[in-house]
Amino acid sequence: MKPRTKRLALIVGGIVVLCAAAAFVLNAFQSNLVFFFTPTQVSNGEAPKGRTFRAGGMVKEGSLVREGNSVRFVITDTEKEMQVTFVGLLPDLFKEGRGVVSQGKLGDDGVFVASEVLAKHDENYMPPEAKHALDQAAAAKAAQSVKTNP
Amino acid sequence: MIPELGNFALMLATVVALVQGVLPLTGTFVANPQTQISLQSLARPAAALQFALVAFAFGALATSFLSNDFSVLYVSQHSNSLLPKPYQFAAVWGGHEGSLLLWVLMLTLWSVAVALFSRSLPLDMVARVLGVLGLISVGFLLFILTTSNPFERLLPAAMDGRDLNPLLQDPGLVIHPPMLYMGYVGMSVAFAFAVAALLSGRLDAAWARWSRPWTVIAWAFLTFGIGLGSWWAYYELGWGGWWFWDPVENASLMPWLVATALIHSLMATEKRGSFKAWTVLLAIAAFSLSLLGTFLVRSGVLTSVHAFATDPKRGVFVLLFLAVVVGSSLTLFAWRAPRVTLGGRMELVSRESFLLANSVLLVVATAAVLLGTIYPLVIDALNLGKLSVGPPYFNAVFAPLLVPAIFLIIPGSVARWRDAQVREIAYKLRWTALGAVALGVGLPFVLGAWSWGSALGLFLGAWVALGTLQQVLERVRKPGRIGASFWGQQIAHFGMAVLVVGVTGVKSYEVERDVRMHVNDVVTIAPYTFRLKSLDEVMGPNYKATRADVEVLRDGQLLEVLQPEKRRYFSSAMPMTEAAIDSGFMRDLYVSLGEALNETRTEWSVRVYYKPFVPWLWAGVLLMVLGGVLAAVDRRYRK
Repeated sequence: MKPRTKRLALIVGGIVVLCAAAAFVLNAFQSNLVFFFTPTQVSNGEAPKGRTFRAGGMVKEGSLVREGNSVRFVITDTEKEMQVTFVGLLPDLFKEGRGVVSQGKLGDDGVFVASEVLAKHDENYMPPEAKHALDQAAAAKAAQSVKTNP
Repeated sequence: MIPELGNFALMLATVVALVQGVLPLTGTFVANPQTQISLQSLARPAAALQFALVAFAFGALATSFLSNDFSVLYVSQHSNSLLPKPYQFAAVWGGHEGSLLLWVLMLTLWSVAVALFSRSLPLDMVARVLGVLGLISVGFLLFILTTSNPFERLLPAAMDGRDLNPLLQDPGLVIHPPMLYMGYVGMSVAFAFAVAALLSGRLDAAWARWSRPWTVIAWAFLTFGIGLGSWWAYYELGWGGWWFWDPVENASLMPWLVATALIHSLMATEKRGSFKAWTVLLAIAAFSLSLLGTFLVRSGVLTSVHAFATDPKRGVFVLLFLAVVVGSSLTLFAWRAPRVTLGGRMELVSRESFLLANSVLLVVATAAVLLGTIYPLVIDALNLGKLSVGPPYFNAVFAPLLVPAIFLIIPGSVARWRDAQVREIAYKLRWTALGAVALGVGLPFVLGAWSWGSALGLFLGAWVALGTLQQVLERVRKPGRIGASFWGQQIAHFGMAVLVVGVTGVKSYEVERDVRMHVNDVVTIAPYTFRLKSLDEVMGPNYKATRADVEVLRDGQLLEVLQPEKRRYFSSAMPMTEAAIDSGFMRDLYVSLGEALNETRTEWSVRVYYKPFVPWLWAGVLLMVLGGVLAAVDRRYRK
């Protein structure tokens, strides 16, 4: 091979490999994006069936029930609520009346089966997603009250 | 009085940094030789003076902490009179302001080291390198003085402090930030050398040679810092995980990946004059990613134990600084790069091409991590929704990119420069390859279940380890003094092999049991039996804890009593999990308390984990650090 053809082969080969790597990365990226939904969105049926997503809000007071190794609780954004089940140990900061974000799939019965309940390391900390859910619900409520009280 | 003196020292340091940043650099442009020399020789004393001033400020802050001066706002926020003394000192970098001060202290320490150990460097290069470091320092000192002053007073003074975040009250956390910062900030030296080379227009082998030991030692610190962080997460978070693909971890991994590419690319540049432009870009990227890491971690865009700042001014400042650094260095690059000559010729297969391939793989891996880390933040900032990219993405992307990179370590280090033959390399490595395949296929049977993942991981580890051993055996048979950098290279590569085996072993063979336990309940993970012997309430200096005594038995013999704790710190309502770990050569036994499941606190959820090969992770990291240090102190750099 002439040096020039060799160089060309090197460059073309490099570009092909880079493109393949980029395609592979983007594909993996696409299929692993996890979207966040508020309880209101979930009850409106906006959340996907059979795909992992995150849901968050407040843990409803008095809703935590333990059965063996699994727990059930209710997440609320003050407007709508959703049932969550989870098998495993809850993080240290999980408490009723506090913010929570969980990741999992929606079952056929409409109960959210969490594979992960996310913990953060600060007692005063509200997960941004959970705060977002409460803000959304509050905004919707405010809009509602404006409409109903002319 | 002491905080005011510290504050004053910081202001003086800013002035000195400005002098260090401006005058020596000016000295490289003026025509008059007399002025040239007098301006350029300002660099070294300025660096020393700046270090002294910043060290004084740091000492002043530490004194305020140790004397419980709660009239200083920062002290009152991060310390407490009950806090043990060593943690009071470590609390200096327990928050945003102090950790920035530590950043600057490290930067001035690096500058002084460059000033001291640069006798072989021409004066104009010293002036440029220290000048660039001085300018970086100006930026960070201004950041501290304008947005994050640790010496701000609190009037009236608080009665007592709010205490250090309990998660940070741990020996691992006392040394993790300084080590990580030494690495982060050390990248500024590699960056300064690259910029100095661009400024001088002399982008040659000499530049790479000067830059190499600094870059390697910074890489070693970064490796150590990341390892410490991982170790801390493993035993302190109580989850038994050692890497979570948390954005904060990614922020430190990205500069590490690029720095790894950089130290290898620098070698090709030094030895063969190859990839000069690429090496310069890597140096710019490594430092930019260190700054990006600082931005991500410190600006409050990420919420984690590391994110102290919520003041948006701070985030904007770091982002602007980042923009200035990246923008100006890339402009300089674009202006100067066309003048860079191509290096020595290379063939399709040669050590250069292996190094280049590895460089590219590492950079693609960095880009993949960057995408996964930044994308959710950008989408959120643009109000396009909330989403996250979890560990499955990073796992899916990382392994296929790093497996070939790690595989190429061995052929890359046996291939000749310039022109190598595939057949020759294959012939040379035939026994190593055979041994690695045998171990890869066979070991999973010995360890338990066979799977493709574990076979591949063990093959890869065995391949790198055996290939390294082969090179060592061949080298010691040859005559001649063996340089420290040879040992450094081999030990670091061997460390990578140990790390790969460790990762594979933990991933493939860990057993995790989350169980409910009363006193005298038993859990068995063959061949170990765990029995909850007792639960006691104990008092610590600034916390109360529930402590469990868990007996570990093997064949009826008592091995160890593990004592995991659940702590409640007085200063915070948040409970803390202290895992108890029994480490052996091949495995860790890990027990941590979850939560009390009944009112009387007699039944607990307990994590009982069998974690094989975890000590190998730490051993691998330490070997890489040792290798880096050895390579950096090689005598030939000091001629």
